Order: sequence, then C-alpha cells, then structure tokens
Amino acid sequence: MGTLSGKQKVAWAAITVVVLVWALFPVASIIATSFKLPSDLSTGNFLPTTWSWTNYEQILGPDGSAQELFLSSLRNSIGISLIATAISSVLATLAAYAIARLDFPGRKLILTTALGVSIFPVISIVTPLFNLWRNIGLYDTWPGLIIPYLSLTLPISIWTLTAFFRQIPWELEQAAQVDGATTWQAFRKAIVPLAAPGVFTTALIAFFIAWNDFVYGISLTSTEAARPVPAALAFFSGASQFEDPTGAISAAAVVVTIPVVVLVLLFQRQIVSGLTQGAVKG
Amino acid sequence: MAAKATRGAGPGKASKPRKSDRARAEARLGWWLAGPAFVVMLAVTAYPILQAVYDSLFRYRLTAPDDRAFVGLGNYGVVLGDPVFWQSLGVTTLIMVITVAIELVLGFALALVMHRAVLRLRGLLRTAILVPYGIITVVSAFAWFYAFDISSGYVNSWFDWVPGISEDLNWFAGTGTSLFVIIASEVWKTTPFISLLLLAGLAQVPGDLEEAAQVDGATWWQRMKRVVLPNMKAAIMVAVLFRALDAFRIFDNVFIMTNGANGTTVLSLLAYRTSIGRLEIGLGSAISVLLFICVIIICFIAIKIFKVDLAGARGEK
Repeated sequence: MGTLSGKQKVAWAAITVVVLVWALFPVASIIATSFKLPSDLSTGNFLPTTWSWTNYEQILGPDGSAQELFLSSLRNSIGISLIATAISSVLATLAAYAIARLDFPGRKLILTTALGVSIFPVISIVTPLFNLWRNIGLYDTWPGLIIPYLSLTLPISIWTLTAFFRQIPWELEQAAQVDGATTWQAFRKAIVPLAAPGVFTTALIAFFIAWNDFVYGISLTSTEAARPVPAALAFFSGASQFEDPTGAISAAAVVVTIPVVVLVLLFQRQIVSGLTQGAVKG
Repeated sequence: MAAKATRGAGPGKASKPRKSDRARAEARLGWWLAGPAFVVMLAVTAYPILQAVYDSLFRYRLTAPDDRAFVGLGNYGVVLGDPVFWQSLGVTTLIMVITVAIELVLGFALALVMHRAVLRLRGLLRTAILVPYGIITVVSAFAWFYAFDISSGYVNSWFDWVPGISEDLNWFAGTGTSLFVIIASEVWKTTPFISLLLLAGLAQVPGDLEEAAQVDGATWWQRMKRVVLPNMKAAIMVAVLFRALDAFRIFDNVFIMTNGANGTTVLSLLAYRTSIGRLEIGLGSAISVLLFICVIIICFIAIKIFKVDLAGARGEK
C-alpha cells in the first residue's frame, strides 16, 4: 500500500480502535464482572472496586459451592464435543475423499443433503428426540447428545473438507507410484500430509460448533450426568436461593471462553480459510 | 445409530449396465466411503422430522399419556389459531430482518476495512473480529445481559445523558428495549461470520477492473455500485441466506435474557416451551413442523427471487 500520509495514519488508527473496542468490549465486560464481589455488583461501575478471585474459587476451588456442578458440566462438554467431533471428522473425511476423488453417481445428492441438514432448525429435531430418547434410555446420557451433535458437525465438515480436498493435486499419488511406492505408501506419503491440515481445521470448527450448542444441551439433559457447560450456565442459580449467581456465572463464562478464544487466535488463518471455503455457519 | 450407519451403503449398486467394471467399482467404493456420513445425516434429521410430523397428528401430552388420540390436523388448527404463535412468528421475522440488514452493512464495512488495511493492521483486525466468533452464544448473551441489567449493569450510568436512558431504565421490562439488547448481542456475535464471507467475496473482485474504473474517473460510490458489488453478488447472497436462516432459529440469547417475557418469545422458544417445558408433544411437534416449513419457505423465496445458485456459489458446479 506504500506510505500513508499523516491524515491517513490517524484515520486508520481511529478505525482500528473502533473495531477493537467493538470486538473486545463485551469480553472485557464479562471479565470485569467475574472479578466483582457481590457488594460490587450493583454499583453501576464497569470495573470492580476491589478485584477478587472469590467467584473463581466458587466454581473451581476445592470448597467452592458450585465446583461440582461446574466441573461436571465442563467434563461433559469436553467429552461429548470431542467424541462428536471425532466421529464426524472420520465420517466426513471418508465422504469428502470420495466426493473429491472418485467419480460416482450421488455426489451431488450427498452435498445437497449436507446443505439441507445444515439449515435444519435444531428445535424441529429436538421435540421428537426428547420423546424418543426418554423411551429408549438415551435421555440425559452422553450418546444422547453425541448423536444429535452429528447433525451440527457433519454437514459443515463435509462441505469444508470437500473444498479442501478438491485443491489437493491427486496426481502426486500416481507420481509416487510411478516412482515405485505401493498404493498405500503413495497415499500415506503424498496425500496424507496435504490433507491433514484441512482435516485438523475442520475438526476445530466442528468442535466449536458442538461446544456452542445450547438447544440440545438444555432439552436432552436433566442432571449433571450429561449437561454441557452452556446449559449448566443457564440453569445455574447460585449456591442458595438468596445468593446472586451473577459473579459465579461470569467466572464460569470466562473459564470456558478463554481456551476457545486462544484456539481461535492460534489457528486464525486456518479457521478463516476453512469457514470461507465451507461457507456454512454453525 | 453409528453401528447401523456402517452397514448402510446401498444405492451404488444401481449403476447403469453400460458402465465398465472399473466405473462400477469406483461407484461402489464411493458409496462405501460416503454412505456412512449420508446415512447418519438422514438418521439424525430426516428421521426426527418425520417422527415430528407423525406426532403432530396426535393429541399427546406426556402428563396424560393414556389420553393420546389421533386428531388429524387439529394441532395445526390450534397453533395457527393462536395469536401467540403469530406474535412469535412476527418477532422472529423482525429479529431476522433487522439483524441481517445491520450485519450486512456492518459486515461489509468491516470487510472493506480489512481488505484495504495494510498487512499488519489486517492481521490485527482479523484477530479481533474472530473473538466474537469464538465465544459461546450463551456467554455473549450473559455479557450483554449483565451490562444492561438494571441491578448489575453499567450501561444506564454511562449513557444517562442520552435522552430516554436514565438510571432506573429497566431494559428487560419492555418489548422494544429487550429486543434492542437481543438484536445487539446477536449482531455482535455473528457479524464476524458474514464479514469473513464478504471479505472472501471482495478478494474475488478483479483488481484491474476497479483500477480501470478509477482511471476513467469513477467516484468511490460509482466503483462500488458498478464494479465491486455486482462481482460479489454470489458471496453476498450466500451470506444473507445463511445468516437469515440462522437468525430465524434464534434461541440462546432470548432464553438467557428474557426467556420470552414481554413479547420477546421467538418461534424456537415457543416450540421448546410447548414440548419440553409443558410436555405437550403433539402441539410442540406441530410448531416444530411449522418452523421447518418456514425455513423451507425462506430458502425457496431466496432461491427464486434472488436466483441464488447455492451449489454454484459454493464452487460445486
């Protein structure tokens, strides 16, 4: 872009500040709230007058009143999201490989189905599942969330991976075979290294989507056995009836947000390319 | 259900006779690889919606299971005859239209800023706008709720110089003010997505065309209107359609902030409350099916009116 004039520099600085404040302010807001003492909550100030770890002790500390509730939901969220991501990554990788590489009737049908599934209103699926899961004993269990999560993670995984796989020069495989590699060696040495980043990115996006789920989480669980973090946050009502849970919820929100934001920032380049290629929102 | 999926891979067999063995083998392999994903997708969506259609034809309450009886389209009559349904359809549509309109403008502005910024600044800006994307909707809803809430909020004391805002304004006590906060949080959370799509669209606009227009003396606005926007049409349509469908399903922030109070009940919340809250499976299923039909109608309108070729716009020719 060359050198900027002084006026342009000021303009860009102003734009940058506006965008940064817009993007980060709500995050700063919940962080500030999470450090407030109960007495500080209703002062109308943005920052706490005294910074306190009390809320974090409540959800993470060994004697914390909400510790059990929070940690079990954290465990559920991590486990359920990881398993759903793993299953959908395997299935989507196979499917996307077939779509990008093989010539067979029905490729378009699969992609269209994936598109259709991704626009499906989650709540339309939840009502029948709620009843069915109760009848067959999947209500309030891990599989009872993992299976519906596939409706969220599979479509975007298939679209994103197909887009990634289409860019892979598959001739490399043949070239390696000409050079004397076996079929498997050729695939493993030439294709897997090229495909792996795409699979990783897709898995990351799928994980975010599963981690973000709320409707399934509140509808298909009822106890700490399977309730994921977002649902637990919504139903968290303080240690006693008279305790305001604002601080504890804010602290829990910060704890579940920071790892995800760190992941997003670490892999931002891949996520942006994955999102725009797959172009399906979760 | 996963076990069932590994077995299901049939349709490849129906290949035409003139095909060579090789082509047939490839087709079979293709379905063996892609079949499981296909079957799982059908199992987790097509099956439940069919079940919902079936359930919606019965008077069926979990609190009185023996009272179950076939009522035909009776549930739909009840739902469509209830002003609550129409009100939540209206609120949902209103939220959808406003958020998509704001996000399109805001997202385009952000995309332009990122597109024009020097490289170092571009990285910083992209990093910043990815933060809302990474945050759970529920967390974002709580952040906005606590900021505006009359007891824990600071917005009132910050903006009490604005006419209409005072220390004792309870944002969540009225429809308009509640919707304002809900829409603001939705816009904040999902604009990054739309702006990344538009940024990708901007990158596809041929630079020499724009330069040529500039040399010919076209103003900034003329260049936008004649060169940039027409070349981005596909990206804009895809972004709008997907955000519209997504906004139509809005649930998380409404549940957290108002739980539907003061006329802010959206369709998803109405379905949730009917079936899972009040255990009215029959009525709830009818609402679920109607919601599904609404989504199909939105798709249909978008495809017919705006002539979006979804497959084409996404690189699938």
